[in-house]
Amino acid sequence: MTAHITKAQLRHPDDFYADLLEAHEGRSKAESDAFNARLILLMANRIGDPDELKTLLEAAAKTKHPE
Amino acid sequence: MTKLFEVPLYPYKWSPDQETSAPVRHPVVIIGAGPVGLAMAIDLAQQDIPVIILDDNDKVSVGSRAICFSKRSLEILDRYGCGDQMVDKGVVWSHGRVFFGDRQVYNFDLLPEEGHKRPAFINLQQYYCELYLVERLRALQQEGKPVDIRGGNKVASIDQMDDHASLIIDTQGGAYRIEADWLIACDGAGSPSRRMLDLDFVGRVFEDNFLIADVIMKADFPTERWFWFDPPFNKDQSALLHKQPDGVWRIDLQLGWDIDKEEEKREENVIPRLKQMLGEDVEFDLEWVSIYTFQCRRMEKFRHGRVIFAGDAAHQVSPFGARGANSGFQDTDNLGWKLKLVLEGTAPESLLDSYGLEREWAADENILQSSRSTDFITPKSEMSRIFRDAVLDLSESYEFARPLVNSGRLSVPCVYDTSPLNSDDVDGLPARTRPGSPASDAPVGEEWLSDRLGDGFKLLALGLEIPERSDISGLSVEGISVADSDIGAELRSRYLGDAGAAIYLMRPDQHVAARWTTLDWAQIETALNRAIGKGKAA
Repeated sequence: MTAHITKAQLRHPDDFYADLLEAHEGRSKAESDAFNARLILLMANRIGDPDELKTLLEAAAKTKHPE
Repeated sequence: MTKLFEVPLYPYKWSPDQETSAPVRHPVVIIGAGPVGLAMAIDLAQQDIPVIILDDNDKVSVGSRAICFSKRSLEILDRYGCGDQMVDKGVVWSHGRVFFGDRQVYNFDLLPEEGHKRPAFINLQQYYCELYLVERLRALQQEGKPVDIRGGNKVASIDQMDDHASLIIDTQGGAYRIEADWLIACDGAGSPSRRMLDLDFVGRVFEDNFLIADVIMKADFPTERWFWFDPPFNKDQSALLHKQPDGVWRIDLQLGWDIDKEEEKREENVIPRLKQMLGEDVEFDLEWVSIYTFQCRRMEKFRHGRVIFAGDAAHQVSPFGARGANSGFQDTDNLGWKLKLVLEGTAPESLLDSYGLEREWAADENILQSSRSTDFITPKSEMSRIFRDAVLDLSESYEFARPLVNSGRLSVPCVYDTSPLNSDDVDGLPARTRPGSPASDAPVGEEWLSDRLGDGFKLLALGLEIPERSDISGLSVEGISVADSDIGAELRSRYLGDAGAAIYLMRPDQHVAARWTTLDWAQIETALNRAIGKGKAA
C-alpha cells in the first residue's frame, strides 16, 4: 500500500534537484530553514491525504543518516 | 458607579443548621458558587433534589474572566432557564483579524452552520453569567424549589464516610457541622476541597501567565476578534483583543512563566503596551487588570466515593479555545440526571462512575486541544518555531495555511465514543449523531429540536409514529414523533442521511444513547437499561 507513495515519480529528477538547490542559493541558514518549512507545508497541502502524509513522515524518519 | 461585582448577592445569613445538636444531613451539598456550582444547583433543584451551595464569598466574580460561552453551553443554559438572558446581553461576532509581528496576515468571517437556535458562541463577562444563574436560583426558590445558597460559609474540613461526607463550616456566626449524602466540589482550579482530601491534580503541565485587562473604549472600535502572534508590544508572546457587552473590550496578554507579577500589573507598565496594541490615538479607560496563571492538568478520577468534582476543580486547561467554564457546564449537565436517578433508586450508584469516565475522557480531549494551541502559540523548540512562523507567513497569501493557524480551537462538546452507556450503532445513519454524540440542533417544524428534547430521556422518532409516553424500566419516557412534513433539510442531513426513518434514544443531557432504523421495543428497553448503568458489563 505504501510502495506507490515512495516509488519514483519525478519526471525530470535532475531538473528538480537543480531547481531546489537554486532556490536555496544565497540564503542564510535561517532563511533556508524558513524556505524549507514553507515548501513542506505547501507540498503537504498538495498531497492532502492523511495516510499518505503519515507514510511520508515515517519514510523520512526511518531513513538512515550518518551522525 | 457601583460595579456589579461589588454588590453582595448572597450575604451571610444564619441557618437553623447552625444550632442543631446533631449535624443535619442533606442529600446534596455543593461547594463553590461560581458558574459551575450555580449551574449544578439549578440542574438539581429543577429536578426537585434538595441542594445547598456553600461559598466563602457573597458576590459574583471580579472582572470578565471566562468571557466566551459556546453554543453547547447556551443550549444547556436554555434548559437551566437562563439562555435568553445570556444571548440577549452577550455579543455575537464573526469577524476577526490575525497579526504576525508588525503586520496583519489575514482577516476572516466565520460563517457558522445554519439551522441552530443558538450562535456558535457569545462573548459575555463571567459576572453577568453568574448574576443570571443567581437570579434563576432565586426564581426557583420563589417557586418553592428546595435550593439554598449560603454566602460567607467557608468549608474548613471534609471527612469522607462510606455513605456520606461530613463538613465543618466556618462562618462569622461560628463554626457548624453538616453532612451530605453527596458532596459536589466546584471550588475552582485551586480547589481547597481537593487539597483537604489530599487528592492528586496531575498531567502535562504548561506553566504560563496572562495579563487580563478589561478596557472601556471611548470611541467606536470594531466588533472583531484580533489575535497577535509575536507582536512588537509583546515579543515572543501572544495577545488577544475581544469585544464584550457595555463597550468593554477584553485584552489578554501572554506573559510567559518567569515574570514579576506585581510589576507587570502596574498601570504605568500596562498602559503603554495597550497603546501599542490599540493605536496611540485610541482613548480608553482601564476597568480591571489581573494576572491569570494556568496549567493544563486534571484529577485522575473525578469521583471519590461520595465526593464528586466538577469544573476547574477537576480539570484545568489553557484559556485558548474557551474550554474552562464551557466544559464545566457539560460536567453539570452530565452529572445532574445521573445523580437524580441514583438518589431516587432507579439507577445503581455505579452510574455515577460513568460521569467520571465520560468527563475524564472529555477533559483529555480539552487538554489535548488546548495543548496543541499552546504548542502553536508558544513554540517549544527552534524547529517548531520555524514551522509556526512558516504557517503564519504563508497564511497571508495562501488560504490553505489558515486552518493550520491555531490560536485556540473553540470548545465543542465531546462525543462519548467509548462510553459504557452507549449501545451499538446501526449502519446507514449520519456519523455526527452516532451514539455518544451530543444532539445536533435543527429546526423541527416551527420549533427547535434542542427545545423539543428538553430534559429527561426521550425517544425521537423521525418518519415514524410512536406513543407520546412509554413506561420502560421504571422510567416514563416521552416520545417525540416527527412527521415527514416536519423533517427539513437540516434534520434530515443530521439525523437520517439516506435512511427513510430513524428512532433515537436521547439521554437527559441530550446525548445520543442509541439509535435504530426500525422500531423494536425490546432493543429500546435494553438500550435504556444500558444508558442508566444497568447494562451488562461490556
